Amino acid sequence: MIAFLLAQTIAITGGTVYPVSGPKLDNATVLIQGGRIAAVGTNVAVPAGATRIDATGKWVTPGLIESGGNIGLTEISAVQGTNEAFQRVSEVAASFNVAEGINPASTLIPVTRIEGITTALTWPTGQLIAGQGVMIDLDGATVEAMLVKTSPAAILATLSEQSKDEGGGSRAGAAARLRRVFTDALEYSRRRPDYTRAQMQQLAASAADLEALLPVLRGQVPLIVISNRRSDIETALRIAKEYKLRLILAGAEEGWQIADKIAAAGVPVLVQPLDNIPTYDGLGARYENAALLARAGVKVVVIENDTHNARNLRQQAGNAVAYGMTWEQALRAVTLSPAEVFGVADRYGSLEPGKVANVVVWTGDPFEFSTGVEHVFIRGREIALRSRQTELMERYRVLPPKY
Amino acid sequence: MRPLSAALLLGGLLAGCASAGARSTQSPAPTQAARAASQDTTSADRAQYPSTYQRHPNPPVLIRNATIMTATGQEIAGGSILFRDGRIVAVGTTVEAPADAVVVDGTGKWVTPGIIDSHSHLGVYSAPGTQAESDGNEATNPVTAEVWAEHSFWPQDPQIPLAIAGGVTTIQALPGSANLIGGRSAVLKLVPARSVQEMKFPGARYGLKMACGENPKRVYQSRGPSTRMGNMAGYRAAFIQAEQYIRRWDKWNKDHQGDAPQRDLKLESLAEVLRGNIFVQNHCYRADEMVQMIDLAHEFGFRIRSFHHAVEAYKIADILAREGTAVSIWADWWGFKEEAMDGIPENAALVQQAGGRPVLHSDSESGIQRLNQEAAKAMYYGRRAGIQVTRDQALRWFTANPAWVLGLDSIVGTLEPGKMADVVLWSGDPLSVYARALQVYNDGWLVYDRNDPAHQPTTDFSIGRQP
Repeated sequence: MIAFLLAQTIAITGGTVYPVSGPKLDNATVLIQGGRIAAVGTNVAVPAGATRIDATGKWVTPGLIESGGNIGLTEISAVQGTNEAFQRVSEVAASFNVAEGINPASTLIPVTRIEGITTALTWPTGQLIAGQGVMIDLDGATVEAMLVKTSPAAILATLSEQSKDEGGGSRAGAAARLRRVFTDALEYSRRRPDYTRAQMQQLAASAADLEALLPVLRGQVPLIVISNRRSDIETALRIAKEYKLRLILAGAEEGWQIADKIAAAGVPVLVQPLDNIPTYDGLGARYENAALLARAGVKVVVIENDTHNARNLRQQAGNAVAYGMTWEQALRAVTLSPAEVFGVADRYGSLEPGKVANVVVWTGDPFEFSTGVEHVFIRGREIALRSRQTELMERYRVLPPKY
Repeated sequence: MRPLSAALLLGGLLAGCASAGARSTQSPAPTQAARAASQDTTSADRAQYPSTYQRHPNPPVLIRNATIMTATGQEIAGGSILFRDGRIVAVGTTVEAPADAVVVDGTGKWVTPGIIDSHSHLGVYSAPGTQAESDGNEATNPVTAEVWAEHSFWPQDPQIPLAIAGGVTTIQALPGSANLIGGRSAVLKLVPARSVQEMKFPGARYGLKMACGENPKRVYQSRGPSTRMGNMAGYRAAFIQAEQYIRRWDKWNKDHQGDAPQRDLKLESLAEVLRGNIFVQNHCYRADEMVQMIDLAHEFGFRIRSFHHAVEAYKIADILAREGTAVSIWADWWGFKEEAMDGIPENAALVQQAGGRPVLHSDSESGIQRLNQEAAKAMYYGRRAGIQVTRDQALRWFTANPAWVLGLDSIVGTLEPGKMADVVLWSGDPLSVYARALQVYNDGWLVYDRNDPAHQPTTDFSIGRQP
């Protein structure tokens, strides 16, 4: 037993450590034991028999957390048989939990994790209410092994051009329908016996979907609302206030215009910093959005919503810095902030004793193109830096290939 | 009878100030233009939609004490660059400022050639992206060689200023990839303008957009082609018609017997490809399909100037180098459809290593704003895999190499005396994620200045819509 534990003891020594929860530590050690971080500091005793990783001259950070895609739920975007994020049954699909659609063998998982992304929120896509997203670590043979927590990380809704049709073609209609669903869920929870005796009026969604919304209405599970236009963001804030929801905004391209209001509401925002193409759903989209929100005191989570290139989360964060975020804010926005927003900060998001050992050793600044990944640990297990892409590269690096 | 490309050059000359057009009489124009001028077989005896581009008057500019990446192998620390009347006059460490020059302090900053995007849909798929602006695919027939992207191009596309702010000075705006042969491209100076004619790069030849694989066979599933073999048959049938069309015109040009053959816009575009006057720009993902297309080009005696997207170029990098066909690719896109599943981020580096000509293209209104970043990614992915790529090579991926793809490499794409003054001043190393374009000069004109609202062009679309 002791030998087993020692075998899982890894000491990353000599690196510049960015715990995120505190200031950076030069020439520090991160000690991993039994899948958890045992110690972080400049004065850590390394147990005899520990596997030592010399990180001298390297940067050590928590594994990055991606919060904007469908990883595990898609293999080839254009091949419907490989896509699991969208359920066509209902435009109010609150009970649709994506977990069992996750394919632990997806080729996207190794492609992503060898670039330092160790954890992801994986979303359903859908209409007015898309369903339940879950958080997974990007390692594990089964869905159970990958899940960071068994309960949903959030339920997803949309208040934008995309959900107008579910409101009869009008934004006001979509907002009204969302309210009716919430009101009916509360009514349903008060009158379950009436419902089963069929002595209630027609409800705005199925019993399963209304039931699934109750944790949201009790504030136990956050509601992500995708909105970009300022007026849609304001609608989302209004509805969240009316129903006392734990709101998370996503997209929020015009969020910078009402950053103070979002900050005052204490609502975090998932932002893709490189969104700046004007559409009628977000004419005010601009690169500075993440920085302006952060400056106003909003908790910003940086996302990359191209699931196949979730690895470009680093580039998104770097560009957020180029356009005004501080580097420390940007690192937090891809580590501790998403952990807090999705309720797993007790175990994820920073390098602190007791936290899950998702740790990355980089050759330098993780946001720079020149930086490579030297080591990735997920739950204390070192990940081989191999993917289908690295294997294709090796196969063809000398031509003609040896088939 | 005047060949088409000569007519375009003349159009440039008539514009008077069109620096590239004017220059083409003095410095060697793209080599094939000369060859085209000697041929006398075309069917159009008139100027067609000539460029009305005019260089914007501006004082000479000296940027001094910057790190200058010339895209000719040099990275000059503490360097200066002087340009006047739209042309680069001098690049080096000791360049004197003429009395009338605007002097820009480049301390701590970098200078590169203007960025060239060999594959853009700006203006043909304009923002805000409604059906009203969807003008890129004439998806009504698998072969629409008769359509010209410039006839769709909307100069008020609000995406244009965003691309300018990313350091882009020249684009090839292409039709989409729904069709086997989608139509002619437009090669444009990326400057604010009222009409596309004012943007047309004087003397630039057209490209012909062709597309392999999944897109055409999906779009025409019910009427055909519905298979890859159907795609091949479709290209061949079209070029067989074009050969016949050339013979008809050749004969008539020789003997002038009877009525002239009827002009056919579709066959005219294809004939111009066969005459070597129009470059084939071929959307093609898979390695095996690119080899098929090379055979097609051999069958009809033309060359494919560049494959586009080419996510599997690395599998046939030796063949592509031998053929002299460039590849216009992304740094890391993959997985959005089956033919894109084998994309790897070392693609550009492996093509470079084999002696090929990689180009980082955007095909994206977002990606066009940071082609420098995409090249940096591709360079560092290559280096981490042990493939030697120099910074100069990576710079050429979005400057000199796309200039070659457009046949404009004698005019733009590098910082050398005599070249057009398309110049970008960067806040830092352009291969860093933190660098931003500070100033963009197009033909010597300060078209964008990050720190001066007077030099931040906006389109009509954006006026009065923001608080």
